[in-house]
Amino acid sequence: MTEHTNSKSNYSRRDALRLLAIGGAAGLIAPNLLGKPAFAQTPPAKPTGRIVVGLSQEPTVFNPLMPHIEVDDGVNFSMFDALFRVDPAGAIQPNLAVEVPSQGNGGISKDGLNWRIRLRDDVRWHDGEAFTAEDVKFTLELITKPDFKAWRTAGHSLVRDVTVVSPTEITWRMEEAFAPYLSFLTETFIVPKHILEKEADPNNAAFNQAPVGTGAFKWGQRVAGDRLELIANPDYFGEGPYIEQLIFKYIPDMTVLYTQFRSGEIDIVGQAFITPDNYEEARNLPDRVVTLVPKASVESIYLNQDRPQFKDPAVREALYAAIDRKAIIDALNYGVPRETETFMPTQSYFYNPDLPKHEFNLDRARKLLDDAGWVPGADGIRAKDGVRLSFKNSTTSGAHLREQAQQFIQQTFTEIGVEMLIENMPPAVMWGDFWAQSQFDSAMVGITYLIGSDPDVTNRFHTKAIVAKGGKGSNNAQYSNAEVDALLEEGSRTFDPEKRREIYLKVQELIRRDLPFLPLFANTSVYGIKKGVEGFVANANTRTESWHAAGWYWA
Amino acid sequence: MATFLLNRFMQSIVLLVIVSIIGFLVLNLIPGGPMSQYALDPGMTQQDMDRLAEQLGLNRPFWVQYLEWAWRLLQGDWGTSFRDGNPVTTVIGRHIWATFLLMGSSTAIAIAVGTWIGIRGATRRYSAFDYLATVGAMVALSVPTFWFGLIGIYVFSLELGWLPAGNMYTIGDGSVLNYLHHLIMPSIVLALVHIAIWSRFMRSSTLDAMSQEFVKTARAKGVSERRVILKHVVGNALLPMITLAGVQLPSVLTGALVTETVFTWPGMGRLFLDSLGYSDYPVVMGLLMFSAILTIAGNLIADVVVALVDPRIRLA
Repeated sequence: MTEHTNSKSNYSRRDALRLLAIGGAAGLIAPNLLGKPAFAQTPPAKPTGRIVVGLSQEPTVFNPLMPHIEVDDGVNFSMFDALFRVDPAGAIQPNLAVEVPSQGNGGISKDGLNWRIRLRDDVRWHDGEAFTAEDVKFTLELITKPDFKAWRTAGHSLVRDVTVVSPTEITWRMEEAFAPYLSFLTETFIVPKHILEKEADPNNAAFNQAPVGTGAFKWGQRVAGDRLELIANPDYFGEGPYIEQLIFKYIPDMTVLYTQFRSGEIDIVGQAFITPDNYEEARNLPDRVVTLVPKASVESIYLNQDRPQFKDPAVREALYAAIDRKAIIDALNYGVPRETETFMPTQSYFYNPDLPKHEFNLDRARKLLDDAGWVPGADGIRAKDGVRLSFKNSTTSGAHLREQAQQFIQQTFTEIGVEMLIENMPPAVMWGDFWAQSQFDSAMVGITYLIGSDPDVTNRFHTKAIVAKGGKGSNNAQYSNAEVDALLEEGSRTFDPEKRREIYLKVQELIRRDLPFLPLFANTSVYGIKKGVEGFVANANTRTESWHAAGWYWA
Repeated sequence: MATFLLNRFMQSIVLLVIVSIIGFLVLNLIPGGPMSQYALDPGMTQQDMDRLAEQLGLNRPFWVQYLEWAWRLLQGDWGTSFRDGNPVTTVIGRHIWATFLLMGSSTAIAIAVGTWIGIRGATRRYSAFDYLATVGAMVALSVPTFWFGLIGIYVFSLELGWLPAGNMYTIGDGSVLNYLHHLIMPSIVLALVHIAIWSRFMRSSTLDAMSQEFVKTARAKGVSERRVILKHVVGNALLPMITLAGVQLPSVLTGALVTETVFTWPGMGRLFLDSLGYSDYPVVMGLLMFSAILTIAGNLIADVVVALVDPRIRLA
């Protein structure tokens, strides 16, 4: 243990200050970051009790390296550990590693290509085997194995020459400098080599149905279609666990999810949380704590930049001015979400607060279009050079709030001589090729732009990420701006947080000006927990409410 | 009988092949597919999704995928779920008992109550009871099941606190009593529609039987009305109901789609909706084949039972 304390104190003062800066205001809310505020009760000496988390989707993927959704992440975070973890303030903290590598502490070379990670020596797998650098090497190499059905490979595909220096030290080389990788590693859970190397096909390993991790909870049992039971790992190297049993209960209907929270059958409402329409009522429930928690995702209208209607910047600006955003937030979403001008989550260190504020102003919208030469035709719809300002807007059919917002927007658009036709589709259709190949005119969509807490958005806004034009990525709006491209490239090579901040503030400024998407609001989740559950901390930098169930306990 | 069974068997095979081709085709015609759920995943690139589609064999032509699936099925391999990586038979097996439990209890309720209402309505035709039963059946048939479910939860769970708001049992309590307690509301809600159908059929079937010559004869002989109904009418009236039961068997499964969602019941109906949502083709196809087999089996059993019970009918 002394060894770890020593290596942690290798942190330079500058590093510490920097992390503190990243922490910012959120750091004040969660004083010791992973723990509980000082005034909270103390957790029990021995794991006691059970906490039931209700989820509206069923966790089914238990190999953390295979493709999975948010609810699976809750299980992964409870059963496994990554080298690092991102705290609620967005700062990266060591987890299986003893320190976060930086150019300052020598963990990352000056050119950003050579990485060295030091690991803890007191970690054991749930079956008692020791965790070593071999497991890390095995994990990183498994992800890029051609036959393995791996989840995302971005960043991992740049890793070369993974070398085990000692059981507690590992090094590798990156094909190119890629700063976001550190953040990616906070979601790369390490799997046991000694179990998986014996499997002929890791895609169908027995491990995938009853995994062995290093996390605070061990595999209990799964009742398919109903729930998953995890049990406390008393030998966990970190804080906790304080509860004996952690249960993820699958409740397929959002109304029923809330009802079971009301009736007390579940202790925590997890993904997809309490619907905004129930927020007022939920707040007043006795013995329940209901709070608004910012989410990293931003709801917006994506404008396909390839469509002639959207090529004129004046049109995009006019459309933005013609959206009654406040009404959408207050009247349709019960005032739960917050306004935003950017893709960057407001709680991020990289958030730009100085962007021009949106103003709902139909006169200004009309004037913008008039000045740009868009003249109303006989049908009242504006046109210019043979292009009519008429386009379709699509989203998931059956998403009621979105459908109502569409109608709201449709009305105000009509008032400025723009026709928006609503054409919604079932989810599998909407988010299939139609979305990926940019076949839509415009789309109403909620997107999480960041991976973990890293500000890199190359995947969403770089020209080379336009799939419809042969690129690789998810630039579905087909946004292309050479200046943004250059900044994004620089940003992903830059490791210094202060320098990166400058870069991404500028990126946000340019994107706010160009408006490839019209921000509607930053999403907010309505969290609900039973009174008496202590140690619960939300973390918008992860995809799950259960990112740190190790710290939960009953008062 | 043997020729009849052989014939029916051959017909069933043809039917299953047709159902499987149509099912497979429709699934593949839906754009999107299993990868679309990752489309909004931060950091998931198109490259990653293309790679996964290839690893799952989804980028091959439709007929190649179908033939491979059918060939494996013939060898007893129902495929592997895309979503949770288990064999389809395992996945279905894990959900089947919950559905059977719900189906069994609701069918028992529906038959018992429906038969009683039907007979009583027929014997007291145009009475207040008969009108009430008719109106009740119309309501039960026209109001969606999920509405009954939600109202039930609101009244009996949230307001009165008598019954649990769903789930199969309380976590940590595996007692039979606890199961039964949880079973009450979903099985009654699921039974409502079937009681309605059952009682309407039973009523008209009873009326039919009551107008038969042998009933008049029995009455003429001076047999008590109670005895006439119980001994002569009910037995004959129940005959067509056997066929109805056979046809209704698979529809209990479709009713479970909604009921299982509202009551958080981990059965096959829920599994079907989820698998469809995730485009988990192997499981959807497995459930489709399963319900096709159930339909065929339901009809076959009904035919055979009718033939066994009614000596007038001979199967050939």
